[in-house]
Amino acid sequence: MIKTWNQPDAAGQWAEHVSQQGADAPSGDRFILNMGPSHPSTHGVLRLVLELDGEVVVKATPDVGYLHRGDEKIAENMTYNQFVPYTDRLDYLAPLANNVAYALAVEKLMGWELPPRGQAIRLIGCELARISSHLLGVGCFAMDCGAMTVFLYTFTEREKIYDLMEMLTGARLTTSYTRVGGMTRDLPANFIPAVKSFLEGLAPRVDEVDSLLSRNRIFVDRTKDIGVMSREDAIDFGITGPNLRASGVEFDLRKRHPYLGYEKFDFDVPVGSVGDSYDRYLCRLQEIRESMKILRQAIEKIPGGPICVTDKKNILPNKPSVLSDMESLIQQFMLVTEGIKAPPGEIYFGAENPKGELGFYIYSLGGGVPHRLKIRAPSFVNLSILPKLLPGCMLSDVTAILGSFDFVMGECDR
Amino acid sequence: MNPEGVTDKLKEQFQEGIVRLPDFRGETSFRLLVSGEVAHAAMLLKNGCGFDYLVDISAVDHLGVPGEKHRFELVYHLYSYASGHHLRLKTFVAEASGGLSSLPSITPVFQAANWHEREIYDLMGIRFDGHPDLRRILMWDGYPHHPLRKDFPLEGLPVETGDGRFTQSAAMEGGPFVASFSPSATGREPRSQTPSV
Repeated sequence: MIKTWNQPDAAGQWAEHVSQQGADAPSGDRFILNMGPSHPSTHGVLRLVLELDGEVVVKATPDVGYLHRGDEKIAENMTYNQFVPYTDRLDYLAPLANNVAYALAVEKLMGWELPPRGQAIRLIGCELARISSHLLGVGCFAMDCGAMTVFLYTFTEREKIYDLMEMLTGARLTTSYTRVGGMTRDLPANFIPAVKSFLEGLAPRVDEVDSLLSRNRIFVDRTKDIGVMSREDAIDFGITGPNLRASGVEFDLRKRHPYLGYEKFDFDVPVGSVGDSYDRYLCRLQEIRESMKILRQAIEKIPGGPICVTDKKNILPNKPSVLSDMESLIQQFMLVTEGIKAPPGEIYFGAENPKGELGFYIYSLGGGVPHRLKIRAPSFVNLSILPKLLPGCMLSDVTAILGSFDFVMGECDR
Repeated sequence: MNPEGVTDKLKEQFQEGIVRLPDFRGETSFRLLVSGEVAHAAMLLKNGCGFDYLVDISAVDHLGVPGEKHRFELVYHLYSYASGHHLRLKTFVAEASGGLSSLPSITPVFQAANWHEREIYDLMGIRFDGHPDLRRILMWDGYPHHPLRKDFPLEGLPVETGDGRFTQSAAMEGGPFVASFSPSATGREPRSQTPSV
């Protein structure tokens, strides 16, 4: 029996679990430290089993699944539109971006493309979600390294984004804004001026965070050359998003395979050079600025016209016509009970979400229900490199590395 | 390397053993007829064709689908950073008569496959030969079922593993009024489903 730090009892699960990893009993001074699933720097319910030699990590075994809800199983048992609220709960720091990625995946299966106005609205939502997620990523990372102030600043700004979300979708967190082929509602009247004034207020705040952290001696010492992820490792482990770019791979799905009309916007993709925790922080901070750049361009020229595709057979008719017109009522009933009429086939669609590439693989046999829906969750894949990255680090660096990865367990465990 | 080049390269190696499926929505798919060759195919695609990024691995359960001879299908998504091409490699895995079906692991080729394969082992019950650490990942060690299989009921099964961990069936109250695929309109109608296990 291996001694564990907080071994529950004689038949303790943790001790048994550790022995199943094929690890021999730690020799000499080594001991097992159980970190999580309830630990402030694990940002949710990640559990790490760390084997320590003094203060140095010798072996790290992540244990995920504490938030597993069986989203993929649930998706196989409901119509495509019924699954939209479940996508809110994947990456719950950027729910709107998940809604959009899912809707785009089903629309790819249907062979649809949204009219320009619908795309522009989705793009604005996605970028707001990205700013919100990165603000949390940077703020919590700073707090994991001991800088409380930044966290309070970024959360003040996130609060304003939540207000914008509420204005747009009616909900702050569980947005469920998209439907297959469109959105639930058009932009509210005063939304654009609100975004404009938010961006004006955000710019100095981001600069302030920058000045608080980027040359802060304590922060730099704690993050520079810590958790260095080489370019080759990042690619081999399938890392995506800012974590990949920090390792020097210039890859952004918005640039390489543009969707939602990203090709029409002028923005840069920040790329790191070392791949350490500090680079990951810099990439996120710079991406906030790039997202602001995209948003400023997007709200300048929002196209007019419809926001939904015009496939009458597969889009819910508007409410007044349902109440007054027999055909629309039937159409509404059929769509709600049977769902859209998807063709048989299979598609994969990946979107550049704040955490990385969020992909949906849909295997359809036709009809309103997917036969199989697989969610390629970026946090799940990003965490899989931890057993490679953590050994050799000091125990205190573990929190800095976890913070720099900016994962979210709702998405990892699905 | 473009899809045509990849097709030639794969044909050269596997001859009749690989089939290019019709493109759907602009996506390239290949079917490997012998699932035991999947590690070779992955190696060839990575080292010979430049597909260096393993995007995802999924498994599909074809239980009860008319016209499907094999129960499981493994789906690998690969991407090439250099050429920007995306491809899908599929292979059937028959249900083993006793124990779990298995096929070779591609973790030695792509590190990214490690957790994807553990997830498939956990949720779908397919073993990967040569995987360095094949343990359950989302459910706990000792959990007896594979929940993503089609014969596992949506509300779950009561499980007591004797170590203090347990699951109970969800209270469905006559629901969920779930839709499922059927060729007939009445079959597609949402209804409460009784668990088949």
